[in-house]
Order: sequence, then C-alpha cells, then structure tokens
Amino acid sequence: MRVVARLYRVPLPTLAIASLVLMTVALTLVFYVAPNDANQGFSQRIFYFHVSIAFTAYACFAAGAWKALLHLWKRDPRADLESYVAVHQGVIFGTLVLLTGSIWAKISWGHWWLWGEDELVLFLVLFLFYCAYFMLRFSVDLGPQRANLSAVYALFGVVLIPVSFLAIRIAKSFVHPEVFTLHGPNFGGWILVTYCVAQAALLLFAHTLYRVELAGKRLDARLRELRLA
Amino acid sequence: MIRARKVGKRFGDKRVLRGVDLDVARGAFAVVTGPNGSGKTTLLRLCAGLALPSEGELEVEVPRAAVGYLAHEPLVYRELTALENLDLYGRLYRVTERRERIGMLLERFGLWDVRHDRVVSYSRGMTQRLALCRVLLHEPELLVLDEPYTALDEAGADLLDAQLTELHGERTVLVSTHDPDRVAPLATQQLALA
Amino acid sequence: MTYFADVGALARKDLLLELRARDTLPAMLLFVVATFVVFHFSLPAHSSQLASSGLLWVAIIFTALLGLGRAFVPEREQRVLDGLVLAPCDRSAIWLAKSIATLAFLGAAELVALPVFALFFHGLSGATVAGVVLADVGICAVGTFLGAMAVATRARDLLLPLLFLPLAIPIVVGGVGASVVGSPGRYLAFLALYDVLFGLLCWATFEYVVTE
Repeated sequence: MRVVARLYRVPLPTLAIASLVLMTVALTLVFYVAPNDANQGFSQRIFYFHVSIAFTAYACFAAGAWKALLHLWKRDPRADLESYVAVHQGVIFGTLVLLTGSIWAKISWGHWWLWGEDELVLFLVLFLFYCAYFMLRFSVDLGPQRANLSAVYALFGVVLIPVSFLAIRIAKSFVHPEVFTLHGPNFGGWILVTYCVAQAALLLFAHTLYRVELAGKRLDARLRELRLA
Repeated sequence: MIRARKVGKRFGDKRVLRGVDLDVARGAFAVVTGPNGSGKTTLLRLCAGLALPSEGELEVEVPRAAVGYLAHEPLVYRELTALENLDLYGRLYRVTERRERIGMLLERFGLWDVRHDRVVSYSRGMTQRLALCRVLLHEPELLVLDEPYTALDEAGADLLDAQLTELHGERTVLVSTHDPDRVAPLATQQLALA
Repeated sequence: MTYFADVGALARKDLLLELRARDTLPAMLLFVVATFVVFHFSLPAHSSQLASSGLLWVAIIFTALLGLGRAFVPEREQRVLDGLVLAPCDRSAIWLAKSIATLAFLGAAELVALPVFALFFHGLSGATVAGVVLADVGICAVGTFLGAMAVATRARDLLLPLLFLPLAIPIVVGGVGASVVGSPGRYLAFLALYDVLFGLLCWATFEYVVTE
C-alpha cells in the first residue's frame, strides 16, 4: 500500500520515462535473454506478456473496486473518477488479455479461441460485465447517482471474479471437454527474473496510463465547473 | 430546524440552484416563491432529504421519520386503494393507532366513501387529497409541501387551509407555491427564488 | 423486529400489485412454454437429453428476465420510490421485499413450466428441482437489485439484460451442473455460495442505489 502511495507522489514525466525504461528492459529480457521453451519454442514468449497483462487487469479491477468502496463509505469526492479510470484501464488490459491469449492459442494449437483455457473464458465474462459498466455509467446523467451506481456495480465485479472463476472450473465436468490449454514454462532462473521484470514493467505502465487519463478527466471536470460558474 | 448556506444544485451541465441561503426556525411557516424553473422543487427535495446539494451546506435537524414531503407527484400506488396505500405508509412510519388515524384523515379530506376504490379511478383532485393524507399520517414535525394547492377544487383548498392553520406554530412548514397570497396570512417568512 | 415487519408490509404490497395487474405471470407462463416449443425445433435429431436439460436453464434465465423487467415499474411511475425511500425503514428492506415477491412469481411460473418441460422432453431429477430453487433465490436477489439500478437510468429496459447476463453465468453453470452431472452436490453447494455472497452484497449496497 505504501508503495502505491509513494507512486502517487512521483511526477508524471518521471513516471512515464521510468516505465518506458522498464518496458525496454523487459522486452530485451523476453526476446533475447530468456531461454527458449523446450516444447513451444520462440512463440511461447508471449506468455510473459499474457500473464503479466492478466494480473495487471485484475489489479486494475481491484483498484477500481477499492476506490468504489471509498466513494460509498468515506464519501471521498475524488474516488468516483479514480474508480472509473481504474476500471477503464482494467478493460483495456482485459481486452489485451483476450487478444494475446487468442494469438497464443493460434500459435500453439491453431485455434483462435480455446474454451478450455479458464483464464481466457473468465476474461470474456469480465469483458461483458465491465462493458455493461460503461453502458450503465453513460446512461445516467452526471451527478451523485451516477457515481453511486457505478461504484456499486464495480463492487459486484470484484465479487464476480472469483465466483466466475470457480464456475468456469466446475463447468468443465459437463462442458465439451477441451484438450488444448496454454502452458507456461516451469519457473526457474532467468525465466522467473524475466517474468518479474515484465510484470513490474506492465504494472508501472498501467499506473502511468492511469495517471495520464485521470489527469485528463480531472481537467475536463474542472473546465466544466468553470464553464458553469 | 433548516439551515442552508450557499446551497447549489447541479444536474449534469445544468445549474438549477445557486447560492441559496435559508433559515427556518422551529414552528415557522416559510413560503418559497418563484417562476417556473427557478428551482423550487429542487430546493424542497433537498430539504426533504431526497437529494444532496452539489455545493454549500444544508442541515435539517429532524430525522427522516419526522419529515412529511408532498411532491409534485402524489407518491401513491395507483393500483392500490386509498386504504391500502395509507396502511402501507402507516406501517412503514410506525404510526400508532394506525387504523383510527387513517380513518380520521380520510374522513377529514372527504375520501372515506371511496377508500376501497383504486387510486387509478380517482380524479386528480382526489389523488391530491390522498397525498395530503399520506403526508399528515405520521404527524411529521417538518412539513415540506411542493405546490400543495395543485389540482384542488375550492372545497379541497379550504380543507388544506384549515389543516395548515391548525398546524401553524406547532409544526414547521415549508411550502412552495405559485399563489403566495393564499398562504400569506400564515407565512412567517418568504424566500423568492430568481 | 421492525425490519421484518417492514419487509412484510412491502412484500405484501408487491404481491398485491402484481396480483391486481395480472399481466406478468401469464406473460411469463406463455413465454416459457413458447420457448420450449422453440427448443424442440432448435435441437437437431440426435441431440442428447443433456442438451435439453441445458436449454431448460436458458429458458429459466430469460423467463426470469422478462419478469424482472417489470419489477420496479410501479415505483418508477410517478416516482413512488421517493415515498418509500423517505420512510424511516432501512432501504434494503425495499430490495428484500421486492425480491421475495419476484421469487414468488418466478416460483409460480416454474410450478407450471417444470411439469411442461417434463412433458415435452424428459423427466426431472430431484437435483434439478433443488437447483432451480437455489438458482431462483440468486436470480431474484441479483435481478431485482439490478432492476432497481436499471430503472434509474435512461436506457432502462435495454440495460437490465446487459447487467444481468454476466452475473447469471455462474447460476447457469450451477444449475446445469446440478441437472446433468452424476454427483450434483458440488453444484448445489456452489449455487448456495452464490446466493449467500451476492445476497449479502445486494443487502449491503441497496441503500446506495436509491439514494444520492
């Protein structure tokens, strides 16, 4: 938590450069340093991004729900916009999960979609859920009610994540069995290092995007207030 | 009883109230006037507790249970009878001696004979009288009435006059109206919204 | 406890309103039977019995949606919800009462629908019926809650299915599992878990849906 708090104090340009640097390091590691996978070869490297992006998406949705809770419980006036931006980032990264997962599936098994891949199916459900979040939000006029409804829905989302995952797992008993799944490598040595760097890079990148979008939205809000005065 | 300092309310990009100051003491009879669209309804909704101000401070000293709000809409179920509607509100507001009180109010407002008819069959004036019954049912300390004379015929308006006169001084009343002359004799303060 | 007295008074009101209107229940019954007929024509010749069991759950979800869309219509008209929100009762009582009433009607519709299903397709196991009961609780709790949210928006009827379906997926999984798999205990337990988790969440947050 303290790390996050300290992150907020870092000015935006520094953050942007830092995340660019870290991403470059991560890319270098992924493509040049990490060893080839025994079974899948070069194409398996997408795993580093796919899993990192997935975790980042979860982190965004969790942050969105936390801010939503702050809005409802503590009546923090900044929390609604922060929650919205976090959810937005989550959806962006969630879409990337679906894309990278799809590409990985095509490379590995020749299919663009794998119902057997639990995480992929989970993100599909979450994608539907959070798209409805935006439809909900934009169907209500700006005001306290919109903030309340968005916040409550964001809380539902974060409860849905584990429940859906469990559902997808237990559905495997009766859903058409799939043999194809995506396998990550066995962790060890450089693979672990590469993964950690990639994950840190993506989290930092996500935080940078979040700050950028938040700054933009706050500016919009301020302009609107000035116009009304 | 009610204290508002620089209260404003915004709906999206539209500003409906701005910089409103209001001080209503216990037992006062405050009248709010202003042309259409000046924010009377919004101000009353804020005082009743149905909305939060966008800016400024608003303090109402009584709890929700002690407020009686008469809106533009009668807030009664059209498919239920007058008796069923009042019984529901009576239970929700924990009114003591519910049946007697409901009976007394229905008689006072001339609805006793139609108490078993569904509200959908009432005229607009009768519905307004039922709304008044609903508002008075739980003997609220603060009455917030949004254009209460709407749709009332002469007899209904007289009934309301009598009721307001009876409550004058004992309860706090906040009324918005297009016709300030009607309530002028009872008013202890006026607020004109631009 | 006054909380349950409030819920009782509100639930009575909801049941009374629905009984008077007399439109939602017949519509749901007609809809579900028509859906079964459509299913018959949708299932190719050698489809398994399992496929039709799965389709039962599709029918339940969409029939429930039909009914849920009507849940807050009386309150939406003329803002009657304001009157309820102003009352001193806990706002969650409004949701609980409405859910109970919706549950009663969904249950009534299923009392006809399930035998018809058994008639058209194949018999129903006890586990299926247990699954339906547990699933109904979840459907009504979450659906009523989302119905209140949808009613506060411009899109209204358009929005409810979009909000509801992703949340209904776990219910479908639990229900189909209970109907189809040899040992349904796991799925029934999952449905119960869903009901408890989301029921609590709805109960705790309904206040914020109807106030500013």
